[in-house]
Amino acid sequence: MSGLRLAWIKFSRDRLAFSGFLIIFSLILVAIFAGVLAPYPEDTFSIHPSARLQPPSLTNFLGTDSMGRDIFSRLLFGARVTLIISIIAVGTSLLIGVPLGLIAGYSENWLSELIMRIADIFLSIPQIILAILLAQSLGPSIANVILALSITYWPWFTRIVFAETRTLRQTVFIEATQALGANPLRTTVLHVLPNVSSSIIVRSSIGMGYTILTAAVLGFLGVGAQPPIPEWGVTIAESRQYLPEAWWYATFPGLAIFLVVMGFNMFGDGLRDILDPRIRRGFE
Amino acid sequence: MDLYQKEALLSVSRLTVHFHTDRGVVKALDCAGLSVGRGEVVGLIGESGCGKTTIARSVLRVLPPAGKIINGMVLFSGQDLLSMKENDLNTSVRGKAITLIPQDPFNSFNPVFAVGTQIKDIMKWKGNAENSKEINEKQIHEMLEQVQIPSSRDQLKKYPHQFSGGQRQRLMITMALLPGPSLVIADEPTTALDVTVEAQILKLMTSLVLGRGISVLFITHDLGVASQICERIVVLYAGQDMEDAPADSLFSDPRHPYTKELLQSLPNPEGKIRDIPGEVPNLVHPPEGCRFHPRCSRATDHCSRHRPEKVVVTADHWVRCFHPIG
Repeated sequence: MSGLRLAWIKFSRDRLAFSGFLIIFSLILVAIFAGVLAPYPEDTFSIHPSARLQPPSLTNFLGTDSMGRDIFSRLLFGARVTLIISIIAVGTSLLIGVPLGLIAGYSENWLSELIMRIADIFLSIPQIILAILLAQSLGPSIANVILALSITYWPWFTRIVFAETRTLRQTVFIEATQALGANPLRTTVLHVLPNVSSSIIVRSSIGMGYTILTAAVLGFLGVGAQPPIPEWGVTIAESRQYLPEAWWYATFPGLAIFLVVMGFNMFGDGLRDILDPRIRRGFE
Repeated sequence: MDLYQKEALLSVSRLTVHFHTDRGVVKALDCAGLSVGRGEVVGLIGESGCGKTTIARSVLRVLPPAGKIINGMVLFSGQDLLSMKENDLNTSVRGKAITLIPQDPFNSFNPVFAVGTQIKDIMKWKGNAENSKEINEKQIHEMLEQVQIPSSRDQLKKYPHQFSGGQRQRLMITMALLPGPSLVIADEPTTALDVTVEAQILKLMTSLVLGRGISVLFITHDLGVASQICERIVVLYAGQDMEDAPADSLFSDPRHPYTKELLQSLPNPEGKIRDIPGEVPNLVHPPEGCRFHPRCSRATDHCSRHRPEKVVVTADHWVRCFHPIG
């Protein structure tokens, strides 16, 4: 049996990871096909004052908001916003964090110290506070949310990659690679990186969950995405003054955030089990 | 002072290496030297921690960051490896003209790639650049046949952990020989294997190497192993080279007191185990003069102050001792 097939079997047996995968998969489908799936795609922006704050019904599954817009439709479009923000933010963090981690882990001199101390400075401030500060000072917009999330999340990748690279550097096969005449670039990219990739993938999945949550918090606090963008955090913020009567207004976006973040975390945990070669060995 | 006028492929002379550690400066090698002729199999023998691996690593300049080459010269085919540019060393020496068979076959492969991928990569990277993919594949196939690993596609798709220790060392030998080196440094290649597998691997190595005219620097702490495959043996003690002789004369006619003690400490049929009195010195504060003098029965005051020069016994046998045996 091929490794991929084995991994799939193992993965599909892990109920938590598989549920996580289903949640993420649906999120991606919803984000792509929001325009087709939404019963009222125009409700992202157009308002209907006569139909404001309607409870869930057959015409509006999840009710309407304070401007009479269909909450279900807006949730679907919100998935698109959320996914774009978190993919770009995690991607940027990866591009910054992973190379820095490799350099810091492989070189054992001042450069390594410099990189890790800078990472420590970022990690010493609670991320959410740093993100709020950054988003606030940069001005509220989706681009700035992405920037703030990237700037606060890269040190996590750096730290993981650094720690694993340091361990790998002492291993026989990396020393053998050096004796074969591999320069630092070849050693790190061709030999260290593939050995670190499983941790990076796991961290990325958990990071997706984290950035989605933080983006929602920023939206909620008014320093992130701005109305009328159907971002989930923004929707919850709008709903505050209509609680508890219009319970559906905050509940469904809240549930969406909860489900998606949980999905990414469960998926990440499951991936960790599959990608660990020692565990794979036990399975064969 | 070079006693060997015959063509030496590798000649290491007066090599001094220090390691800067938290406990102080470890003087791992003190003016040690050896030479390997073309097509010759030379054993480098000594106890753990005496600097055998340090010599191997100094030749390829892959010492850990704490290790510094203080002094000495490493000549390989007439080129000075210690002053060679890092880049040139990478492209023409490491993994090409000189290859290494590491001690630990269990961890010397990258665990995340299939063995076939790693072998093909070596060929693409270090093999003859003009060779086509087909020629490379053919060479890999032939080499695997010679090391007695079935070279079927299924085998090549396997990951390192799916092979046994002996098989992995066979694969390591494949990787070391494929680039067509003129010198193979084997750093205790059989120490981690059990005795029957060890014998097979040694036989295999000897046959492969002799057939190709490759020189070997065979590092081991096991006199029995060294006697099986080496033509000449260099004895190293605490970072100093003590004796250099053809294998048979070293065993029959050891001149250095340390060599003699080492031979006597081999397990014998009577079951008596003799050890060498005293302890291996701490190389942060090594003994002055000859580093063996505190444990030596023939030592005099002179030994604790001066380092002996090489004393010629026969044309191809020298010993570094003021009071050699015989």
